[in-house]
Amino acid sequence: MSTEIIPELSRKKRGPFMDVMMRLAKSPLAMFGLAIIFVLVFCAVFAEVISPYSPIKQDLMHMFETPSAQHWLGTDEFGRDILSRLIYGARVSLQVGFIAVGIALVTGGMLGAISGYYTGWLDNCIMRVMDVLLSIPQTLLVIAIVAALGPSLMNLMIAVGISAVPTYARIVRGSVLSIRSMEFIEAARAAGSSDLRIILKHIIPNSMAPIIVQSTLGVASAILNAAGLSFIGLGIQPPNPEWGAMLSGGRQYIRDFPHMTLYPGLAIMLTILALNFLGDGLRDALDPKLKR
Amino acid sequence: MDGAYIRVENLKKYFPTKRGMLHAVDDVSFEIMKGETLGLVGESGCGKSTLGRCLIRLLDSTSGKVLLKNADDDGCIDITKATPSEMKALRKRVQIVFQDPYSCLNPRLSVWELIAEPLIVNKIYSNKNEMRRKIRSLMDTVGLAERLENSYPHELDGGRRQRIGIARSLALNPEFIVLDEPVSALDVCIQAQILNLLNELQKEFSYTYVFISHNLSVVRHVSDRIAVMYLGQIVELTEYRELFRSPLHPYTQALLSAIPLAKLDVNRERIILEGDVPSPIEPPNACRFAGRCRYAKEICRNTPPALREVMTGHYAACHFAKEN
Repeated sequence: MSTEIIPELSRKKRGPFMDVMMRLAKSPLAMFGLAIIFVLVFCAVFAEVISPYSPIKQDLMHMFETPSAQHWLGTDEFGRDILSRLIYGARVSLQVGFIAVGIALVTGGMLGAISGYYTGWLDNCIMRVMDVLLSIPQTLLVIAIVAALGPSLMNLMIAVGISAVPTYARIVRGSVLSIRSMEFIEAARAAGSSDLRIILKHIIPNSMAPIIVQSTLGVASAILNAAGLSFIGLGIQPPNPEWGAMLSGGRQYIRDFPHMTLYPGLAIMLTILALNFLGDGLRDALDPKLKR
Repeated sequence: MDGAYIRVENLKKYFPTKRGMLHAVDDVSFEIMKGETLGLVGESGCGKSTLGRCLIRLLDSTSGKVLLKNADDDGCIDITKATPSEMKALRKRVQIVFQDPYSCLNPRLSVWELIAEPLIVNKIYSNKNEMRRKIRSLMDTVGLAERLENSYPHELDGGRRQRIGIARSLALNPEFIVLDEPVSALDVCIQAQILNLLNELQKEFSYTYVFISHNLSVVRHVSDRIAVMYLGQIVELTEYRELFRSPLHPYTQALLSAIPLAKLDVNRERIILEGDVPSPIEPPNACRFAGRCRYAKEICRNTPPALREVMTGHYAACHFAKEN
């Protein structure tokens, strides 16, 4: 009989964060995603130690080499080792992906939450500004912002972040609008909760699901966006390695040397896949209704 | 009456719609005594819930007053005009239990967190242990087992969820609770449990209730006095036995005749109401029930009847209501 009580007691001892982590650990796909992201972050942090060659040193004797024992993933048009460039590139790409999405998520999320919660004229003002941003093609907007701020990694992240703000604002506003009319919001108000507490404690946790999915996809599009900018010379300056720049650099040789585009492409794909798995797992782990 | 604990004066709540003003609550006045249960009945959409929410200012009223007697002196405070800081203090005195126990609890909070919320936001306890004791005792009061404290609402049945809702509203030791159809979403045997619980709590803590329902037999079971609403107005208000014995308003008469009786040999006349409830948007200046009333005369279509005291303590809003 006493054994029945133990799970209750042990669950009480864990905090809410550990509770979510334990549930996350039950999903193999999410763990797979988390493992890949760990590997990527590890590569990015310890790039100097693990990469076999310098990422920028040219070796014109070994141009366009296909994968071999010396160069595991082959070399590019200047004879640079693709594996080393990928490892160093993880630094920039992960930074751009996460920080740009972070900027977009925080700004867009707050704006969307405010306009969904208060509605009325404030909502109208915020959403019309978002409409203006949305009416400008995203790439053009990013180019304009980087051109105004000057090309650098930080400005690139800010620009990509700002250009994604309206998307998040709209998603958050939509889910806040639907949660806001639920009775438990009224119940919270009757209990005396302040607006801020209602937004933070009741509305945001309940409108997380679409936002988590959007941000994991958003990291992917931020990486690609930054790659596009690198391609036209406004982002990462060559010869610094960056996945998107490698992808577009190898593009012109794709018929003869497909490995030059294949590996950066695979790296981007793997990152995004891992983020999606993790995002899905996180969304489910955060929902107490799916707890078994 | 000076003994009134809450006095509602000419309370109105209009909602603007595209087709005109929707008169959800239209010029309602009544009094509630300390420690009594006022039943509020009426069909769906007649403004019962809106009235209940205006009473505790979950909705801002269009005009009128809701005067709540102060706890310490003889003065009153008008809830409809309370400032935000006054309102914060009032939230501890007036509470509500919601109709739907499925949607009135945040699905992401555990039972413990749900009951703790009113205590946390009003900063009742600085000491964690005291708060823990209070939550335990609240769970005990409403009949929730301690082992459920880490459960989430979706894991519990409707009755238990409604108990959480009740525990939340009791947490701040209120004086006045609006019960907005607290049992209409529950099945019959759980209804009885919850009603008994509410009754016991009232006896123990002398709460004042407004009990909103569309179910006359439930209201009869719990109320001291009953107010019947029709299309945003109170048409009859009296002590509960009196209402069932001698209803004065033709609408109340029709309602009472529709209560099913579990007797085969009783032959009573059923009053069938013809037609629909008229639209609450820009209603005509007349008796709102005139179109469906079998006694309606010319005067009913021209002059709206006032709620008047036909017999001692028995109010009705009908031109033809009289002592019998």
